[in-house]
Amino acid sequence: MAYAFDFGWLVEYWPVLLKGIGITLELTVIGGLLGVSLGIACAWARALGPAWLRPFVSAYVEMIRNTPFLIQLFFIFFGLPALGFRLGELEAANLAMVINLGAYSCEIIRAGIQATPRGQFEAGASLGMTRFETFRHVVLVPALQRIWPALSSQIVIVMLGSSVVSQIAAEDLTFAANFIQSRTFRAFETYFVSTLIYLALAILLRQVLRGVGWSIFPKRGAAAR
Amino acid sequence: MSEFTLWDILRNLLLATRWTIVLSLVSFVGGSLVGALLLLLRIGYNKAGRVFARGYIELFQGTPLLMQLFLAFFGLGLFGIDVPAWLAAGLALILWTAAFLAEIWRGCVEAIAKGQWEASSSLGMGYIQQMRYVILPQALKIAVPPTVGFSVQVVKGTALTSIIGFVELSKAGTVVTNATFEPFTVYGLVALIYFCLCWPLSKSSQILERKLNVAHRNH
Repeated sequence: MAYAFDFGWLVEYWPVLLKGIGITLELTVIGGLLGVSLGIACAWARALGPAWLRPFVSAYVEMIRNTPFLIQLFFIFFGLPALGFRLGELEAANLAMVINLGAYSCEIIRAGIQATPRGQFEAGASLGMTRFETFRHVVLVPALQRIWPALSSQIVIVMLGSSVVSQIAAEDLTFAANFIQSRTFRAFETYFVSTLIYLALAILLRQVLRGVGWSIFPKRGAAAR
Repeated sequence: MSEFTLWDILRNLLLATRWTIVLSLVSFVGGSLVGALLLLLRIGYNKAGRVFARGYIELFQGTPLLMQLFLAFFGLGLFGIDVPAWLAAGLALILWTAAFLAEIWRGCVEAIAKGQWEASSSLGMGYIQQMRYVILPQALKIAVPPTVGFSVQVVKGTALTSIIGFVELSKAGTVVTNATFEPFTVYGLVALIYFCLCWPLSKSSQILERKLNVAHRNH
């Protein structure tokens, strides 16, 4: 192989990469927070909500889980303007990520809710809590704690999946890589470096989410106090 | 300007769906073979093999599939070959699928009770014999539902190959949109076709899982 690797472009283009990283992280944080919130609402609707609402939530979850994220993104960005619903590329990217994570986290959180022993609901009711208060204080937090590792993995998957938003010209890390390689013609090196950055971000995000889990959930055994 | 009927659009999309199906099958079968090798390394006695398999899985699960596709596309190009998109797409998807299947199957092997290893070892079986006669037959049974479930991810993963220029369902969607200027209809139909491919797989994975649990309860 007579190819000489050249990473000299990094000197000139690192601010472009940095800006891309910023957008990727911004998309992940917004998508993660809103997506998990949507997931909690849907999990509530599917497990405990009114009967008429359940088929709609099920249809939403199945529709999203069985189609590629890229097509969801294209549908939102290119398809919805036909209905007069026009979004910028970053808004469209964010909306697609929220809708996507909402469906996946709904299933994960629902599994956590359904693992809650029946007695917990009855205990909440006997303390005079309303159904919503029981859900909020007694059911949801232990359910989230139970499924936190699975939810964290899903958030990491959504972060990695966000690389396709470059296809609607949202200026994330992959967009930055595409831009740099079109200027420098150092395609392999550019994608190699951005792949390593994604790997570092994934490892970092996993650690951060573990830390978040540690700080928001009561330690095991603390309930006995 | 020529007019496109709904049938024209649908027919072109369905023709491209063939390539989504072919690529999914190739990736799944190839990924299973590579994944089985990785699994043996990952749970084997050879330390270097375990470290390699762990690193491989971490690398492929911790980076975007899109980046892997780009690296395969431009990486193969470094060898001076003119890389066709299908080759890069197939290679990247096989390697990606292998990483996930190996990790899923490792979970299944580790779910087999430790006593099974000890019992077979006390019968004087070697590693290969233990695997062949005791561990794998049991692990295989629990592995079926999550493996079928993962095949959905493979089908959806093929959509990304449109970005490096492989013409399958998603790429056809873009091409047809550019010709008809009807993105709402076209991407709606594309989503529907993906749904028709994936939903039966998701559903059968769920049904298999339920059946397996019933079997467990009766033991």
